Amino acid sequence: MAENGIDIRPMDQFVVKPLFGGDVVNWYTPTNVTLWMALAVLAATALMVYGSRGRAVIPSRAQSVAEMTYSFIYKMVQDVAGRDAVRFFPYIMTVFLFVMMANLLGLIPFAFTTTSHIAVTAVLALTVFISVTALGFILHGTKFLKLFWVDSAPLPLRPVLALIELISYFVRPVSHSIRLAGAMMAGHAVAKVFAGFAAALGAAFFLPILAVTALYALELLVAVIQAYVFTILTCVYLKDALHPAH
Amino acid sequence: MEGDLVQMGAYIGAGLACLGMGGAGIGVGHVAGNYLAGALRNPSAAPGQTAFLFIGIAFAEALGIFSFLVALLLMFAV
Amino acid sequence: MEDSAENAVGMPQLDFSTFPNQIFWLLVAMVALYMILSRVALPQIAAVLADRRGTITADIAAAEEAKQKAVEAEDAYHKALAEARAEAGRIVDQARAEMQAELDKQMAKAEAEIAAQSAESEARIREIRASTMDMVSEIARDTASEVLGVFAVKADAKTVSAAVDAQLKREDAA
Repeated sequence: MAENGIDIRPMDQFVVKPLFGGDVVNWYTPTNVTLWMALAVLAATALMVYGSRGRAVIPSRAQSVAEMTYSFIYKMVQDVAGRDAVRFFPYIMTVFLFVMMANLLGLIPFAFTTTSHIAVTAVLALTVFISVTALGFILHGTKFLKLFWVDSAPLPLRPVLALIELISYFVRPVSHSIRLAGAMMAGHAVAKVFAGFAAALGAAFFLPILAVTALYALELLVAVIQAYVFTILTCVYLKDALHPAH
Repeated sequence: MEGDLVQMGAYIGAGLACLGMGGAGIGVGHVAGNYLAGALRNPSAAPGQTAFLFIGIAFAEALGIFSFLVALLLMFAV
Repeated sequence: MEDSAENAVGMPQLDFSTFPNQIFWLLVAMVALYMILSRVALPQIAAVLADRRGTITADIAAAEEAKQKAVEAEDAYHKALAEARAEAGRIVDQARAEMQAELDKQMAKAEAEIAAQSAESEARIREIRASTMDMVSEIARDTASEVLGVFAVKADAKTVSAAVDAQLKREDAA
């Protein structure tokens, strides 16, 4: 790729590197993943704990942001997953805040985007998938399988539909995780490519920079929307486990 | 020579895979446009349906991201 | 692809050697955030929200109560005003009636006095007139007798007095 003067390596920003030198990445090595996840946790804590430490009846700005986030996710859990899903609210809130903060922190220049890694999003999605499936079987036993048996369809169609439903059920964690990682990766890679153009174009360098600026605004939106989508899909899957009837 | 051929095929395939993103764009446009059409017909019902709007967009967009992923894999992983 | 060791080899996302590291730190981060949120942040925010809802409800109730009180006070005021007005009217009526009665009494008394006085005056006038009449008729008779004497006409006292009386009656009637 290094021919004709353009040397763009859009994927370099996703390399996992040990923080304190060395090349070996063992499972316990503190890496840039550690750093940026810790920052995401810190940011979420700062927003939710430090922001609302005043416990004021008339909230400060930070407190009202924290409260709006809280009520927003709470309402979403209630509306999408049902009232009895409220006991899973802390976990859903954790997922939302972690993903949103990781996405947003990843947009800082030279930052590392933890959510752009399939390993991370796959674990998040698989956690949801496995726990939701287990929850469905615990709550409903074999009746949970009715999720795949569409009673309202004509009888000859039911096995076909069951097969489709089954496949779509197992594709869920794949799409759930790849959507988030892909969206993050795509945005950052495109930004990097445009930034590389700026170096290569010489006098017209400002055009790609304008494009990157616009893209950055879009990426801010995407960062929040992807966190929202990840969370709302978690709620949708949770609803299937709690109320498997179609 | 053989490696060059493979790389050429991979790049062509990556380019072709990007066509799939157009489909995702059409899909997202359909979802958003139909949402807007419905919202203009019955504005009072619109706020309750934004969650479904985003779910629909997410599903439509996921397929585009899959094709993007295929392109990336062809570019960097093959 | 001719990348150096420092740079990405293919997709870093598919470098499976970093997966355990990422998964480990992800789990650590998620557990930490879950603990912080479920133990500290969410109960705190829920408490604040409940607090606010309580405050708002209490304020609304207080406002409702105050409004009720205001309405009651207004009613009481109106009632008191109406009562006062009725009382005032009653007092005015009573005063007017008393005054009227007093006036009537005074009037009656005054009229009675006037009537008595005028009756007395009339009686005196009548007396005076009667006495005056007697004197007039006597004087007239005497004068007539004297006149007749002068003219040497013999006339008895009876005739003279009858003529004087007749003349006097005519005078009276005139």
